[in-house]
Amino acid sequence: MISVKDLKKEFHGTPVLRGITEHIEKGEKVVIIGPSGSGKSTFLRCLNLMERPTSGEIWFDGQELTKLRDRDINHVRQRMGMVFQHFNLFPHLTIRKNITLAPVKLRLMSQEEADKKAEELLRRVGLPDKAEDYPASLSGGQKQRIAIARALAMNPEVILFDEPTSALDPEMVGEVLALMKQLADDGMTMVVVTHEMGFAREVASRILFMADGVVMEQNTPDKFFTQPESQRLKDFLSKVL
Amino acid sequence: MSFTESFRQNFIEDDRWQYLTEGLKTTLVITFFAVLIGMVLGFIVAVIRSTYLRTKKLLIPDLICRLYLTVIRGTPVVVQLLIIYFVIFASVPISKTLVAVIAFGINSGAYVAEIVRGGIMAVDIGQLEAGRSLGLNYRQTMVSIILPQALKTVLPALANEAIVLLKETSVAGYIAIADLTKGGDIIRSQTFSAFMPLIAVALIYLTMVIILSRLVNLLERRLTRNDKR
Repeated sequence: MISVKDLKKEFHGTPVLRGITEHIEKGEKVVIIGPSGSGKSTFLRCLNLMERPTSGEIWFDGQELTKLRDRDINHVRQRMGMVFQHFNLFPHLTIRKNITLAPVKLRLMSQEEADKKAEELLRRVGLPDKAEDYPASLSGGQKQRIAIARALAMNPEVILFDEPTSALDPEMVGEVLALMKQLADDGMTMVVVTHEMGFAREVASRILFMADGVVMEQNTPDKFFTQPESQRLKDFLSKVL
Repeated sequence: MSFTESFRQNFIEDDRWQYLTEGLKTTLVITFFAVLIGMVLGFIVAVIRSTYLRTKKLLIPDLICRLYLTVIRGTPVVVQLLIIYFVIFASVPISKTLVAVIAFGINSGAYVAEIVRGGIMAVDIGQLEAGRSLGLNYRQTMVSIILPQALKTVLPALANEAIVLLKETSVAGYIAIADLTKGGDIIRSQTFSAFMPLIAVALIYLTMVIILSRLVNLLERRLTRNDKR
């Protein structure tokens, strides 16, 4: 579904990604972990061109994204949802409007259809009575569940999660991870940058360990935690587990 | 001369009060339309400038905007008014009030642009990213997500700019427009008493500014209250 070939990214001459080649299949749940500064968020943000790669190729459904015109990139982004660390809900809009804005503006649904979809999504994320509230009145966990609902409203084929629980108070992490697990069980293709090792072990079909701008090691969850190969991963796991 | 006699001479005799009321009307007309032009111009410039700053697109329009901002903010408004009237429209038959509206509008636009640009840049970059990640293009994200939030934060500052403009139009007399200030000055030249007409003019400006400032305060309180909903 997504193929990345020799992806490199520099920020003002400093290399952040040093050549990543990776393939993500439909239905896979790929979890990316690694120390801060390893480039994992940058890698994720390159997948929907939130960051422009310096070189390399990104293939999505037969299209090479770095060669697309802006208009076509917008079309690709409609099919790739993204969930941010800081939620980025639209504070001037009600929850219902947050969810329905994009599908209505992009003429994928009428306002009525989108409203119905929003209702259904709000039930799915467990917040059916919040439709007319504003984001400021929600807790962090609720905000992130709404952000996931907003991404789902576009019927994406894959969702990219950029540290979705890192800005949450500890007691709210569980509700967001539970929702993500539910999405995974429903068969959604997911790429997740996270520090939640429990989630990685339980939900991932594959875990990537990134360090120094490369994918240093990857494995299935059971082997990843029990039989780490590189010294870097052994050190990392001994610190976080 | 007693106070009442002076009052009678300056305002009642020959219906001189009409210089003030007619002048006030002219001042308000110039201010109103100049504010409109300033807002439209300022918004366009602010969007161009922040688009360039955020995306590095629109380089040429941005250069033009920067030139406009530098020239307008670097020269006195009276000089701009005189140039527009005596140079640019020198050989064009055009109403003086319209010239003043254009001049003050262009002047105000530069200040509005900087206020609005500040508001746009103050909106968290995550808002732009969230909009773009959903597939909205830059323009849709700007119109539906960034500008409404920016507008809300800068509304009080914009209202203050309108108040400033109201006072700045008092130099319209330089091109012989009979605005409020000029009205008071005409009375002074007829009655040879400066105190009454000029103090009256000052009081009228002051009253309008106080009323408008009150409205801005109300607006500000209304906006912050909405934040807490």
